[in-house]
Amino acid sequence: MNPAGLSEQIRRSWAIAKKDIRIYYIKGPVLIFGVFMPLFMFLAFLMGTREVPLSFLISGLVGMTLFFTATAVSPAIFPWEGSAKTLERLASCPVTVEAIVFGDMIASTLFGIGITIITVIIGLVLGLSLLHGITLLFAIFLAACCFSAIGMLLAVPPTNVPSNIMMLSSLIKFPLVFISGIFVPLEQMPAWGLVLSYISPLTYFTDLVRYSFTDIHFFPVWADIAALAVFTLVFTIGTMYLHKRTMPQRM
Amino acid sequence: MTAIIQASNLTKIFGKSTAVDHISFEVQQGEIFGFLGPNGAGKTTTTRMLTGVIPPDEGTATILGHDIRSEPVLAKQGFGVVPETSNAYTDLSAWQNLMLMGELYGLPHARAEQRSSELLGMVGLLERKDQKVQAYSKGMKQRLILAMALIHEPELLFLDEPTSGLDVQSTQMILALLRELNDKGTTIFLTTHNMEEANRLCHRVGIILAGKMVAIDAPEKLKVAIDRVHKIEVSFNREVPADALAGLAGVTSADRTGDKWQITAENRDGVIRSLVEFSRQQGATIVTLNTLAPSLDEAFLRLTKGAKP
Repeated sequence: MNPAGLSEQIRRSWAIAKKDIRIYYIKGPVLIFGVFMPLFMFLAFLMGTREVPLSFLISGLVGMTLFFTATAVSPAIFPWEGSAKTLERLASCPVTVEAIVFGDMIASTLFGIGITIITVIIGLVLGLSLLHGITLLFAIFLAACCFSAIGMLLAVPPTNVPSNIMMLSSLIKFPLVFISGIFVPLEQMPAWGLVLSYISPLTYFTDLVRYSFTDIHFFPVWADIAALAVFTLVFTIGTMYLHKRTMPQRM
Repeated sequence: MTAIIQASNLTKIFGKSTAVDHISFEVQQGEIFGFLGPNGAGKTTTTRMLTGVIPPDEGTATILGHDIRSEPVLAKQGFGVVPETSNAYTDLSAWQNLMLMGELYGLPHARAEQRSSELLGMVGLLERKDQKVQAYSKGMKQRLILAMALIHEPELLFLDEPTSGLDVQSTQMILALLRELNDKGTTIFLTTHNMEEANRLCHRVGIILAGKMVAIDAPEKLKVAIDRVHKIEVSFNREVPADALAGLAGVTSADRTGDKWQITAENRDGVIRSLVEFSRQQGATIVTLNTLAPSLDEAFLRLTKGAKP
């Protein structure tokens, strides 16, 4: 066994992910937040914009659910563990910073996928038909990885006060929702809004979900997938690099 | 002897303050090395650099033959850490904490289960293994932390104030375990404020003051080294002439205190030999003979004189 080898570090990441799921994710309030928050936002828009069809709104609901659940807990894990000194425990164990970050990302990805699948089932129960199931599953997986990396990026500032990170997190997450074609279709967006939507990975995921349910899409499907893959790669490498730099400042 | 820890010019600077200032030392295999110093002297910062939690700003640390900066995983794989603050996951049970450590150190599942059972039995927590750690007392948490640090049978154990604030029972249990581990070959790096603990447990101690290492030696040698003049207490079975005793070679002074004589001398070994010869000449028998070395407390206070806590 080479403890520093990639396969061994991935195995240890999985141990961290299981720990995260036990401690942070399988909690009543977290699960309820994950389901209800996007649901209520969805209902609010359903009642407020009656001319938009349900098939359009479901793509937004799925997009929001995945985005909010995958980024709900992960930004706060490092600050929580920093203040509880458990991060110091991990730092003194034979695991790299990259493996710790990857473990947190795995937990966040699984939580995001689990809750989003429930939302998809709600959509199907409401009578919507799923036209491209494989594409949707692949999109959910890819976007969950991407949004988890965003969640970990939000945790980069080396503070051990979770509320500081959650405030920063809200400041970034909510504007992203409004520029990603969730409530206003990309076709109806002003030119400046459309330019902004290009920089949001949520735009491409929402477009893929809409394609999966309605066969309508703004960007080519391959472009949506490529954009999500590039965002995922850049955010994952970026968050690992930045956490490696800021980790000693948390101790 | 093999050096298990080699620290060379280790330095850590926080802002304008130099917490650890170019310290160098070695810890040999099988040793219990005590790391002493007043509050804020740089003990915990040094331990954190040695354990790879924070990087040094200058210098190197080689642990078990691996540079802690360039090969951190390989170095960490060989040691366990008991930090100053209990840092088990309080939302997990003792069993889950140990199994997590087993996975983080790459133990096969069956081996991790076996070690967890052994260690929980050893620290007296087996019956409460499924209880969440948040319900544990401070002593129980500290024993659990020690068990977590031992899950992979490390060659080297770092402990930072392991008995600080614990009840007598937990303290004795932990100290007994440390002795037992050392007897089996585990090298121990112990940071402590407790001089008595260091005196009884450590083969060598290092004293750090304001980030600089001011002394490294065996506790007994350190105690003796700080006093150039040694005190010897002796009593005889009959009266002996004071002037003859005071006039013995090497004796600086001889003062009577009750039925004993307190003698000061620069050469302790020489004076003891003279006293034996003196008692023979006087036809007296030595009833008691004690060398009054300063305590490690005194040595510590002398070496760290002027340091503000």
